Amino acid sequence: MHSASSNERNFASTPQPTDASAHIELREVSFGYTPERQILSGVNLTVPRGKLVAVMGGSGCGKTTILRLLCGQHVASSGQVLVEGKDVAHMSRDELFAHRRKLGMLFQFGALFTDMSVFENIAFPMREHTDLPEAVIRDLVLLKLNAVGLRGAAQLRPSELSGGMARRVALARTIALDPSLVLYDEPFAGLDPISLSVVGQMIRKLNDALGMTSILVTHDIAESLKIVDYIYFISEGRVVAEGDVESIKASTDPFVKQFVNGEPDGPVRFHYPAVALEEAFR
Amino acid sequence: MNFLAKIADWFRSIGTATRNGITRLGFATRFFWAIVRASGPTFMRPRLLIREIYHAGVLSLVIVLMSGLFIGMVLALQGYETLVRFGATEAMGVLVALSLVRELGPVVAGLLFASRAGSAMTAEIGLMKTTEQLAAMDVMAIDPVARVVAPRFWAGVISLPLLAAIFSMLGIYGGFLVGVKLIGIDGGAFWGQMQVAVDWRNDVMNGVIKSVVFAFAVSLIAVFEGYDATPTAEGVSAATTRTVVTSALAILALDFVLTVFMFRGGVN
Repeated sequence: MHSASSNERNFASTPQPTDASAHIELREVSFGYTPERQILSGVNLTVPRGKLVAVMGGSGCGKTTILRLLCGQHVASSGQVLVEGKDVAHMSRDELFAHRRKLGMLFQFGALFTDMSVFENIAFPMREHTDLPEAVIRDLVLLKLNAVGLRGAAQLRPSELSGGMARRVALARTIALDPSLVLYDEPFAGLDPISLSVVGQMIRKLNDALGMTSILVTHDIAESLKIVDYIYFISEGRVVAEGDVESIKASTDPFVKQFVNGEPDGPVRFHYPAVALEEAFR
Repeated sequence: MNFLAKIADWFRSIGTATRNGITRLGFATRFFWAIVRASGPTFMRPRLLIREIYHAGVLSLVIVLMSGLFIGMVLALQGYETLVRFGATEAMGVLVALSLVRELGPVVAGLLFASRAGSAMTAEIGLMKTTEQLAAMDVMAIDPVARVVAPRFWAGVISLPLLAAIFSMLGIYGGFLVGVKLIGIDGGAFWGQMQVAVDWRNDVMNGVIKSVVFAFAVSLIAVFEGYDATPTAEGVSAATTRTVVTSALAILALDFVLTVFMFRGGVN
């Protein structure tokens, strides 16, 4: 277990991912949409190849921003975002597209193409990036849909799906080309308990079977602790705690305890900064 | 002091608005070149283009056909009121045809296209942005400008001149129905004078040039406003409104400029 911001954190000793095997590495990364409002401030984070790592933290703490930096949608204002040793910020357009062809990203709200059926959504990256015959694409799409339990929904439109179903279809599309790096942005949001468990196990199995590296941005502590190898906690744009599952469970760190147990009081404030309540109602 | 500060604020707001306007114009110009650069796949995969031509062009046919017919009929009725005073009712065919081919066809078809298809393009692209569909495409290493924007842009460029031609045809037919069938003007004079007076190059081609210019302007405004929309419901709504308003103003301003260049003082 490693303390990110202070030495007094009381984590058990666990092996940290080594830089030598790093698939993903963030070095002192800072980012803000405006200079006045920094989202990330000096984030250091390492994800070894083949590992499933969770990034957790309160809403608006910069978790999704990390994913967007990794796929090159945003550029860090300082620091390095390294994927297989290459800084995403310094990739040419062709290199960036080559990098993106090897990654899959599950968006927070699915981002399914609404003018296509479920089948066409999953076939889309295959048709765009491969020369596979239509018969092969059909079989692959049905396999992917079967994996998320929605083979029977192949001909439905996204507007006909529930939120949870849409998320599962998006997951099938994310892994359509068997990427080596998968970024999951809130994959468990809106899923019923059965789907949540199945999707969680599927993420783990895919990671192991295909040798993927996966980064999971989520609030779902319980499900994450079942499947991930390592966890980073982000707060106010910094990594405030990290460690493997056992050390996180055993942690007495106030931040981790508050987050894992969902306590309203602790180092993470629930209320957005505002004037005192008495003053507001005066 | 307070008064001076207000004046300074007023000038500042004008300056900011001007700077923002110029900046957006610059973005739109760069966006246009990005579309042109990304247009290869659009023409390599005609199914994409045909699909968008269906949405932008074919689905606009009803409003264009109906508007063309009614405008032609009104032109004939109003034209008769004037022509009958000079005993020149046989020139009604010429009046209707020249009005439509040179002016009303491209302009009104452009305005209708901006309202019907342009606003739809903006709303669709804006909603794709809001729901992260464009971002998803981008992350899949598929250029959204090439896959989403360019086909819609070129569909607009191809559809509008055709719609303007259809508008003019229906308008002339509407004029024929009112002038010849309703009022009783001689059909031979109606078509014969039109054939003699309407010049292919100076009238028909000038109308075609106008409709092509309007098509580029409206299509660019529509796709740019959609792509640049603030990704919220309010943002998409505002972008859709801007598309219709800006397109209408652009069509009317460009129409004046083009008419000045095409003006020959009645000499064919």
